[in-house]
Amino acid sequence: MEHAPYKMQKGHSLLTLATKRFLKNKLALIGIIILVFFTFIAIFAPFLTTHDPTKHDLLNVMARPNAENWLGTDSSGRDNFARFVYGSRVTLLIGFLSMFCVIIVGVILGSLAGYYGGLVDGIIMRAADIVLTLPFLLFVLTIIAIIQNITIPLFVLVIAATNWPNTTRILRGTFLSLREMDFILSARSAGCSDWRIITKHFLPNAVGPIIVNATILMASMIILESALSFVGFGIPQPTPTWGNMVNEARSMRVLTGAPEAWVPPGLAILLTVLAINFIGDGLRDAFDPKSNK
Amino acid sequence: MTIMNSETQTNSLTSSETKDKLVEVKNLKKYFPVKGGILKRTIGHVKAVEDVTLSIYQGETLGLVGESGSGKSTLGRLILKLLNPTEGRIIFNGKDITSYSQRKIRPYRKNMQMIYQDPYSSLNPRMSVGDLIEEPLILHDRLTKKERQNRVIELLGTVGLGEDTRFKYPHEFSGGQRQRIGIARALSPRPALVIGDEPVSLLDVSVQSQVLHLMSELQIKLNLTYLFISHDLSVVKHMCDRIAVMYLGRIAEMAPKHSLYKEPLHPYTKALIASVPGVDRKREKVKLERNMPSPSNPPSGCPFHTRCPESHNRCTIERPELKNMGNDHYVACHLYTEYDVQR
Repeated sequence: MEHAPYKMQKGHSLLTLATKRFLKNKLALIGIIILVFFTFIAIFAPFLTTHDPTKHDLLNVMARPNAENWLGTDSSGRDNFARFVYGSRVTLLIGFLSMFCVIIVGVILGSLAGYYGGLVDGIIMRAADIVLTLPFLLFVLTIIAIIQNITIPLFVLVIAATNWPNTTRILRGTFLSLREMDFILSARSAGCSDWRIITKHFLPNAVGPIIVNATILMASMIILESALSFVGFGIPQPTPTWGNMVNEARSMRVLTGAPEAWVPPGLAILLTVLAINFIGDGLRDAFDPKSNK
Repeated sequence: MTIMNSETQTNSLTSSETKDKLVEVKNLKKYFPVKGGILKRTIGHVKAVEDVTLSIYQGETLGLVGESGSGKSTLGRLILKLLNPTEGRIIFNGKDITSYSQRKIRPYRKNMQMIYQDPYSSLNPRMSVGDLIEEPLILHDRLTKKERQNRVIELLGTVGLGEDTRFKYPHEFSGGQRQRIGIARALSPRPALVIGDEPVSLLDVSVQSQVLHLMSELQIKLNLTYLFISHDLSVVKHMCDRIAVMYLGRIAEMAPKHSLYKEPLHPYTKALIASVPGVDRKREKVKLERNMPSPSNPPSGCPFHTRCPESHNRCTIERPELKNMGNDHYVACHLYTEYDVQR
């Protein structure tokens, strides 16, 4: 590597270089396309269907696909296609917001613990240990059961409150390994403040782990929402989410007799999660200046 | 030359007194606690630097030599206040900076910079070469973006790199080039003191001499003072005006380069000089037995007595102080009494 030939690159910032590398990654591009597609559906939901996803029509329950209801209707007579389209809003929003909150909390706490060490580290990591000892699903179910009327912001908060320890640990670990590097010492001897050392020297070098963690988180948050919805503890009806659409398939009649009701949301969950993971891989490689792909 | 006459002695003393001291280190100690047991209690100390007193004069190069573990890097970091000393005082340019907090010391960092040993881990891989060199300028000088850019280009020129290199990232360079970037970064805030922590020990021999030449050139051009830390006596010989030999956190001998190489006094220095490979060497070979004792449990008396070929009873009991042998030659050894040079 030492004498690797390099092309003359002029005036390329880290960002443009990263974009360039990212665009060369085919899987990541496919991921972007899929994610953009679903985001598009979420944004333009009202233009894609004229049906109200929450409106019951008891005279038209469990309808098979037809010209009016493209994916049929569910057991309460709500249009499945409308629920699918509007459900993408809720699902993506929950995935993104939970990921965002967890990453913010995790990055802040992990940075503090890894940078300052000592007592700060002790307090943060013991708190993380306590949260990690709680059986996660049970804990979430209990909180949701206590709150009863769960809304999207509350749901995101609950998820953030229970998921921060892993991200914090990853960040702390990254910081601890970076702390031994001479360039951190060099930053200090150059006269950088703690803030500058953390933001300019630690965090850019932790971008890889953060992004990978963020994408895994977003994907698993979407899955978690679906799982909770499936057992009936997610966002309550009538708000449509992909998760509680799949929930419908708990009845044998829907599972075998009406695949059009649960296959699209199930497939959408699968594709979204896959797409996010591809994007995550692509971003990690793109932000690594050593990768020459 | 058995006994120095007292006149030359006073002369030599005054000559060094008149030179400006850039850095004065007085009785500096650094103990790292060793923690153990379930409760992580301190069960001992690694005495990395033990009672070191020395001065670095304006414009000179002081070499700091010693085996690994002798505390030479720790001493360098203490002087830069990257570590807080356990005891003792550091006076930089007439100011006692020992008790300065990390925040208070920040503006002074402009004046003292460091070149690191490992050219691979000492440059932030996420910053372009231009950003790396520019960073100290952003922190210390009120310059416009344009002025900073010009200074970066100028600095790249001084260390022998083209101006286009500023858009590249450290991984695109070889070790020697990276070390040049490190030098440019260290020089960018126009420091008075530059500490080189084994700056060439990880480079190819051919590249070593290039970097050393660059450092010597820059010293004259920019009126720099160097503290040059190294374990390689031949490199130190090339670079330094005075040399301090460290052993187990203490200074064993300190002398101007020529008198140290011509007449090493301390048995440890003799052994070090004898160990430099070379042809046609008439000097007696002194071979060191065993390894350096652990700095967490240093031997009583003279720290070197466990390996010293000339050790006697007194050495195991009483620790020798650093004695002035005249002509700026200091040695900590019982074989010599003050002002009396024997060989």
